[in-house]
Order: sequence, then C-alpha cells, then structure tokens
Amino acid sequence: MRLSVRHTTLYEFAAPVRFVAQSHRLTPASSGGQTVLDWQVSAEGAVFGSAFVDGAGDAVSTMTVQGPVERIAVLVEGTVETTDTTGVLRDHRETISPRVYLRPTRAIELSRGLLELRDAALARVAADRALERAHRLAGAVADAIAYVPGATHAHTTAGEALEQGEGVCQDLAHALIAVAHASGIPARYVTGYLFTGGDAGEAAHAWAELNVGDLGWVGFDPANRCCPDARYIRLGSGRDARDAAPIRGVARGGAAEAMDVSVLIDAQQ
Amino acid sequence: MLASSAREARRGGEAAIGIFNEMFDGEKVRPAYAGLVDWVERTPREVLEQKKQEAEALFRRIGITFAVYGEGGDTERLIPFDMMPRVFTEREWRRLERGVKQRARALNAFLWDVYHRAEIVRAGVVPADLVFRNEAYEPAVVGIDPPGRVYSHIVGIDLVRTGPEDFFVLEDNCRTPSGVSYMLENREIMMRMFPELFRSTRIAPVDDYPERLRRTLASVASPKCDGEPVSVILSPGAFNSAYYEHSFLADQMGVELVEGQDLFVQGDFVYMRTTEGPKRVDVIYRRIDDAFLDPLCFRPDSMLGVPGLMNVYRSGGVTICSAPGSGVADDKAVYTYVPEMIRFYLGETAILKNVHTWKCADPEDRKHVLANLEDLVVKEVHGSGGYGMLVGPRSSKEQIAAYAERIKANPSDFIAQPTLALSTCPTFVAEGLAPRHVDLRPYCLVGREVHLCPGGLTRVALTEGSLVVNSSQGGGVKDTWVLAD
Repeated sequence: MRLSVRHTTLYEFAAPVRFVAQSHRLTPASSGGQTVLDWQVSAEGAVFGSAFVDGAGDAVSTMTVQGPVERIAVLVEGTVETTDTTGVLRDHRETISPRVYLRPTRAIELSRGLLELRDAALARVAADRALERAHRLAGAVADAIAYVPGATHAHTTAGEALEQGEGVCQDLAHALIAVAHASGIPARYVTGYLFTGGDAGEAAHAWAELNVGDLGWVGFDPANRCCPDARYIRLGSGRDARDAAPIRGVARGGAAEAMDVSVLIDAQQ
Repeated sequence: MLASSAREARRGGEAAIGIFNEMFDGEKVRPAYAGLVDWVERTPREVLEQKKQEAEALFRRIGITFAVYGEGGDTERLIPFDMMPRVFTEREWRRLERGVKQRARALNAFLWDVYHRAEIVRAGVVPADLVFRNEAYEPAVVGIDPPGRVYSHIVGIDLVRTGPEDFFVLEDNCRTPSGVSYMLENREIMMRMFPELFRSTRIAPVDDYPERLRRTLASVASPKCDGEPVSVILSPGAFNSAYYEHSFLADQMGVELVEGQDLFVQGDFVYMRTTEGPKRVDVIYRRIDDAFLDPLCFRPDSMLGVPGLMNVYRSGGVTICSAPGSGVADDKAVYTYVPEMIRFYLGETAILKNVHTWKCADPEDRKHVLANLEDLVVKEVHGSGGYGMLVGPRSSKEQIAAYAERIKANPSDFIAQPTLALSTCPTFVAEGLAPRHVDLRPYCLVGREVHLCPGGLTRVALTEGSLVVNSSQGGGVKDTWVLAD
C-alpha cells in the first residue's frame, strides 16, 4: 500500500517565547514492512541539526527556533510503500540489546492489577510458547482497557489506566509493555501512523513491540486487537511514550502554549 | 616526643591485630617517612600546635567547605585538614600507577564495548542483565563513538592498603570523582606553611594537574572542531556541594565555568553566550548527573541542563566528559568483574586487587551476608559518599537487624565486603600524634594519553578505630606525597 502522510503540529504561545528547542523522532526508517519513498520535516524560521540514527534504528534530529516567536508549525510530509509482515519487524537496522527493554519506567510500573491480569492471561499457556503468550497478553489488555478517547491524560500510568478500565492507545500500549515485562518478555513503545480509510480515527497512533524468541520484535496493537499490517507506518520506538515521543520540546521564557495536531493519511493503490 | 607518642600507640596493640602502620615498622621508621619523622622530632610541640591553627585559618580563608548531606541545618562545614602528610616512595608509587592506569584503560574499554557489540557479554564474562538492565546503562548512547573511545576522562580509584605490598581497590569512580581541589589546596597549604620541608625533600609536584586536565579535555575534542578546542566546566550552580571545586578548577584551568542557561544548542553545535556573542563549545566537562543533562533526552523537568545537548553529542558536535552512561562501569556489582575485564580487554592480570565482594542478588551470597552481618561492610550498589552503608563490627544489634530487612526487601541493591584492616597513618589528634585509618583516591586522566597525577586525596577517619573516611561522615584529609628518588 502506498501511504502519504501530512502531519502538522502547531504551537501557539499566549506570549512570545525566547527560545524553543525540540528533539524530533519524526522520520521513519525503511525496513521489511515499509520503504520510505520521500520524507520531509520542516518548520518556518527553524534551524535543524543534522540527523543521526540511534541504537534502536530511529533517526533523531534537533530543531531550534530563536525567538521572540508566537507560533511554530512543524510540518511532516512524506510517502511510504508498505507491505503486511503480520507485525514482524523485519530487516530493521538496530544495535541495541532487547534486554534494555525490560527496565521499568514510571509509566509502565507494575501494579497488583497488572500482575493479576498477566496471571489470568497466561494461566494455561506453556512457558516456551513465546508468541502465543504475547498474543494472550495483548488480548487480555484489549479486554481489560476499553478504548475511550479522552478518558486519560498524558501522565496516566499503565496501572491507573487498568484500574479505570478505559484509556487511549498510549495507555493500552503501556499496559501491554508492563505485563510483557512481568512475563520476562522485552517490550517497547512504538509510535507511528495508521491509515483508517478516511474516517477520523486515530491517525497518529501508538502500539507496542514484544521481543518474541526467534521472530525478534513483533508489533501488537491492543487498541485495534491486531498486529500492525500494511495500514501502519512505524515512526520510532522507546521505553515508554515519553521516551519514544515523536517530538520532545521545551520553550523558554514565554507563556502557556496551545498545541494542535492534525494528521492526514491517504492511500494510493 | 610527638613521634614517640605515636610509637607508644604502635606498641599499644595495632601490631597485635595486624594493622599496617605506614610510618612505623615495629620500632623502626619506614624509609618513606624518615625525613618527616626527623622533622617532627626536631620541631617543638608548641610550634606544631600553632601551625595546625594556621592551617585551619588558611582553609577557612580560602573557603574550602564541603556541604554535608543528611544533616539538618548547617550544611557547610570545613573538612578537617591534617598536617601529617601521607608518603609513598617512588617504587611504591610506580606499582600503584601501573595498577591504576591499567584499571582506567580496562574500564574505558568496557564502556566502549557495552555500548557497541558487548563482546564481554557475548563471551559470557559479564552477565547481560547486569549491563543492560542496569539503571546506569544509558540506551540513548548505544552506538555512539566518543573521540578516542574515551568515556571516563577522569577516573578516581579508591584504594586502601593493608600491608607493604597490599593495595585493594574499594571502588571505581568513572563519572565525576570530586575532591581533586583538596589535593591541590592541601599541597598549596603545606608548601606555604613548611617551605623547609619541601626544600629538604624531593616531592613530585601535583600543581600541573589543572593544566593536564585542560590538555586531556582538548585532546578529546570532536573531529568537527577546527582550531583550538574550547572547553567549559558545566556546574549545577552555587547550591551544589562541590561548587567550590567547579569554580576552583575552572579558574586554575583558565576555562569558563558555566551553568545550563549559559549554553544553547543550534544546528549541529553547542554555543556559550558571551558578551561578544555566541561562542562554540567543543568539550564540556560536566559536573551534573546524566539525568539532568538534557530535558529533551532525560528528565524533562531539568532546568540545569541544555535542551538538545544530547543530540549534538550523539551527532559528534561536542564531547561530554565523562560520557553519559559511564556510570555502568562504576556500579558496585560491575566492580566485581573488573579483574576479568582487565584480562578480557588487555590480556593482563590485574595489578591491584579487588576486595572480595558478595552480591546480595545471588541467593548463596545473600545467605552468607545475612548470617555474617556483624563482620561485614554492606553497601548500596548505586550508593556513594559513605551514605546508607553498614559497618557491621561498629553497628548495634538493632541497626544490623534493620539493615537485614532492607537487604531482604531489595537484595540486588546491596553488596557486602569483609571489613578490611585499613592501614593507619599518624595523625594529629587532641592527645598528640596517633594512628588513624586512611584511604587514597588518586586521579587518573584519560585522553589520547593516560596520566596518573603523582599524589591524590588521602582521607583519614579522625575517630579512633573508625574505618569510614568519607568527608560526609566526619573524615579529614591529608596531603599525599610521592617521593622522587
């Protein structure tokens, strides 16, 4: 499938800011399931640092804007040719050890509820059936946390979302990472785009990857009860949502900001 | 007189329990101290007393104080300075020097390896989880190649001595070992107060340390640097306990002392704000922790760091000393593998010994530790500064029981070591000259070359019998002499 993306992030500051610095993880890497045909990140008045590829294979770069500035629009445009690999991340160049993705962060801290969820999910699965265990965990998370937009906030933890029984894709991914860790399966947070066929849906999306034996990293999207296929573009990864965020930024010496994100995805057959 | 009172103390029982006295071998004065003992015996006690007060006044005037954590109220106080220097012969020092340099090389080789192919893990020498699941292992720097493959540019190795040839490494400090300003100030004060001693004895100088540090930093500037490298010291600010040292070093090295807000990132480089406009910075000797370096990579609430710094670092536009992620080499559990690292990377046998260490994460070790707490020293794996440790032989039953519960709750956070018979060095106390336990932190500079400063910081436990020398726990400092042949 050929997917074209137009992703705008607009920042508006109540009073002009002195300086803005952002770290971008906004450029997808080509791998078995996706070939990047063209891709561009731009922002008027901004200076970009040269990109480098980190240990997990993600392209990262810096953007700074010297103020005073009231409004910044970061525009991401590109086209990717995708194929369905049934979630398996193939031929993705990375050097980092999967064991790193067993370490907890605040967002994916284990709770009693998450441990019970894991126990119930894995009750009758043999320990050596790694892929089946991963599927069971993803299914259990999807059953336990209903996808409800706006139900949680950016800092909600996996345990809190489970207790609430509702969440967005970030919460479901966090919960899946947490229960995978509790089962000794390395797991990480993945951001990207999802083509939903024209209706609003969640075009900027997030899911989880679990490191499953010989297969390596396999994507699981508990919010949609599936593994990523040709409708997905994988942007980058991290230990949790904050670590993987496509944009991490600070603004100095100004007033409150309002952010507006719009993502348009089109498929050309 | 004074020295004879120390001889008394010597007879008083040290020998009986096998403690190595660095000045006396039975009744005999060891060669390293011959000149010094001579001088002490010739100098009237009143003069020494007066000098001692002068020294204290000098330190107070210079303003060397050290903030002490964990104490309410008054957080800054003077570190007691002891006038009796600690002395090494050149021969003793040469061996130490080889041992420390060897260790500094191996630790840097380990750091480069674990952030690349981790051959040492693949070879089964160091367990994968000890590296990759270590809190100090920094995923953000995997695959990054710092200039010269150097991660830890200033290695502080804490050593203790138990016999004429017996030196043990207590711990490695690969991040930002502090205390070097005391080494320099102690020497300065000694030279000012006892110029005659420095005329009669040939003592290796330490005052070129700041210049050597400056050159070490310049030698690891990124290949993108054209012209004379610009280095700065990045401090968290005046509220930090080591701020004195930051400003002292900057001054001695002739480089700028900056805080996060003085630096900014643009494009591929880091710049310093100056009155003449932005100036590119090539090397940052940072005295702030990894977590605070860059809010875009680590703690988002950090106001101490520089937004975007890590991206410039990772794309090769600036060198950070020590490299982020260096802490994985000075973890107290990783410490136990340093002799294997030396064999693995250098094909050599470790010159300096490790102290036997029980890892509480290991069930067998844990059993041993819990059964023998009254004889052991227990430390937190990520701890430093002598905080949160248990010295079994000097703790009450209640303290030991409470500590045992902490170990059981989080075994992998603790390691234990035997209580070593640290050597003693004569020290001025209220009653005169008496033996007190000492350790040593020499400072090894690693750039394109490896250099060990001939001297270091000798810390002394001022309480009789105490083995805890940390300044935060009431220890003092001494000048450290390496005699030139």
